[in-house]
Amino acid sequence: MSGLGTIYKKEIRENLRDRRSLFNSVLLGPILFPILFIGLGYFATSKQQERAEQVLEVPVIGAEHAPNLVNFLEQQGVIIKPAPEDPESLVRSQEVQVIVHIPEKYPQQWQEGKPAVIEVIADPSRRESDIPMRRIKRLLMGYGAQIGQLRLQLRGVSPSIRTPVMVKDIDLSTPQSRGMLVMLMLPYVLMITAFTGGMHLAVDSTAGEKERKSLEPLLINPVPRWQIMLGKMAATATYAFASLFLTLLSFRIAFPLLPMGALGVDLSLSMGAVGGILLAISPVVILAAAMLTTLAALAKSLREAQSYMGLVFMIPMIPSIIFMVNPVTPVTWMMLVPMFSQNLLIGEFIRGESVPMLWLLLSMGSTLLIGLVFAAVAATLFNRPRIVFSS
Amino acid sequence: MIKVTNLHKSFGNVKAVRGISFEVPDGQITGLLGPNGAGKTTTLRMLYSLLPPDEGEIRIDGLDPCKDAMAIKRTLGVVPDSRGLYVRMSARENIAYFGSLHGMSPAKINTRIEELVGTLDMADFIDRRTEGFSQGQRVKVAIARAMVHKPQTVMMDEPSNGLDVMSTRALRRYILSLKEAGHSVVLSTHIMQEVAALCDRIIIIAKGEIAADGTAAELLEQSHCDSLEDAFVHLIGTEEGLLA
Repeated sequence: MSGLGTIYKKEIRENLRDRRSLFNSVLLGPILFPILFIGLGYFATSKQQERAEQVLEVPVIGAEHAPNLVNFLEQQGVIIKPAPEDPESLVRSQEVQVIVHIPEKYPQQWQEGKPAVIEVIADPSRRESDIPMRRIKRLLMGYGAQIGQLRLQLRGVSPSIRTPVMVKDIDLSTPQSRGMLVMLMLPYVLMITAFTGGMHLAVDSTAGEKERKSLEPLLINPVPRWQIMLGKMAATATYAFASLFLTLLSFRIAFPLLPMGALGVDLSLSMGAVGGILLAISPVVILAAAMLTTLAALAKSLREAQSYMGLVFMIPMIPSIIFMVNPVTPVTWMMLVPMFSQNLLIGEFIRGESVPMLWLLLSMGSTLLIGLVFAAVAATLFNRPRIVFSS
Repeated sequence: MIKVTNLHKSFGNVKAVRGISFEVPDGQITGLLGPNGAGKTTTLRMLYSLLPPDEGEIRIDGLDPCKDAMAIKRTLGVVPDSRGLYVRMSARENIAYFGSLHGMSPAKINTRIEELVGTLDMADFIDRRTEGFSQGQRVKVAIARAMVHKPQTVMMDEPSNGLDVMSTRALRRYILSLKEAGHSVVLSTHIMQEVAALCDRIIIIAKGEIAADGTAAELLEQSHCDSLEDAFVHLIGTEEGLLA
């Protein structure tokens, strides 16, 4: 096994000297991703606040039909704008985000004590008009409730009779969804890092070795070929692991800088969570190293190997995207699915939940098994003359 | 002592080696001479156990490369056709890597490298990274890493390829010194002068078969020619591949 160790040490050392590739594959992620997260976090919260605090300017059509309502709105700080010519096209073109239309029938309905119709014209599929629309609706409902109460009181009825059920709306949707950005993105970033961290080394130590014509001399040494392959895979896994560790550390530093208060979520990354995540993801690192080495060894040239690497990116993305589109509550069987289970586990670790030992073992075991199958295939690749001499 | 009997190797439809048999005695320099594509490299690759033969038998000091690959690799020093070096490592590190793969201790590797630096005249560049090395420097490093474990038998595949006159002369001197030190050397080449200057025995290979086998004098006699070059052309039956 000393041959394996020699190969491993040499690959680690030699690739440490390739500064540019080292930076790109191992260090760029840990530096870039947290900055991206912090930037996006601040941008999202500041935008959200800006929209929530902005003075609401709403054109009102038929303001003359409901002077009291308009007064009420003005008291609430809404700036009433004159009615535009063609309200619907204005909303469609997003020149105006929301328009209130008080129909002619409004006074009559009001007098008769029927529900008087007020139209709110908006396009809620446009995310930026969502908030002003909700704000104006809330004000209109508030006005309605106030008048309703007054009417009941005038007739000597307690207003509470109208509220048999009191629904208290504790709105967590926005802070949660913003917290979700981190929740969803971090597992994804880590999965990609498990692949990218060792990518360059995998290519350099197999396809690169062929390209620079050093594979044949290497294979003449009295070291079994599976040891040569395994040494290279181990070096690939080490680089990926180092990159993961650095990424987690930099996130640990970056998390307190995230606008968590404004997000209303409490995310933290304790050293325990860092350790747990590294443990949970380590089989993915092995699987990734084996896959990358296999692919790169099968390639006829460095170029071909690099083109495969672009595709390999897709592998860790698929489970993460499925999880993003269809968030599920983790169930035991899901722990058997490689890369998907790690997504779920990382989420649990970030939330600070205690992760069942069974889940961790199932996830690690199943992924490791597939990783070892790939590694076993890769270990035999250099036994094939076609692969050794393909250039 | 190398003994090859009825060796065959095909790649798909291409029959690279078709029934080659020869013997290489100890303490001599044996040349595999043949035009490009004659099957020299394939034969050598089978000898140093990189390729398994389709048919036939190889014995190197009684060992079978198919069964005792590791043992054979320990006794062989090979300078193959591809002489890629690791460009981000110094010449010394390149050589030490191979020493370590042979299971040598760092101390042993160091003493051995110092010896090789002397014999191969590498003092100027031994601690430089191999990026941008000249062909001559490259070949020296490739030879040094093949010789780091003091192999008894040395195989070289077209060792003077791409070398200038001075480097070629130095290489020839080195190969002769190996013989004087008691090593057996097998080298493949398509260059006539090399064979004439170095080899005790010449095995001429053409189209995957042995065309002739013997000392230079024997070959001249066989072919009734005056020069080795004429003998070579006569024996392989064509001038094709001679000009390289």
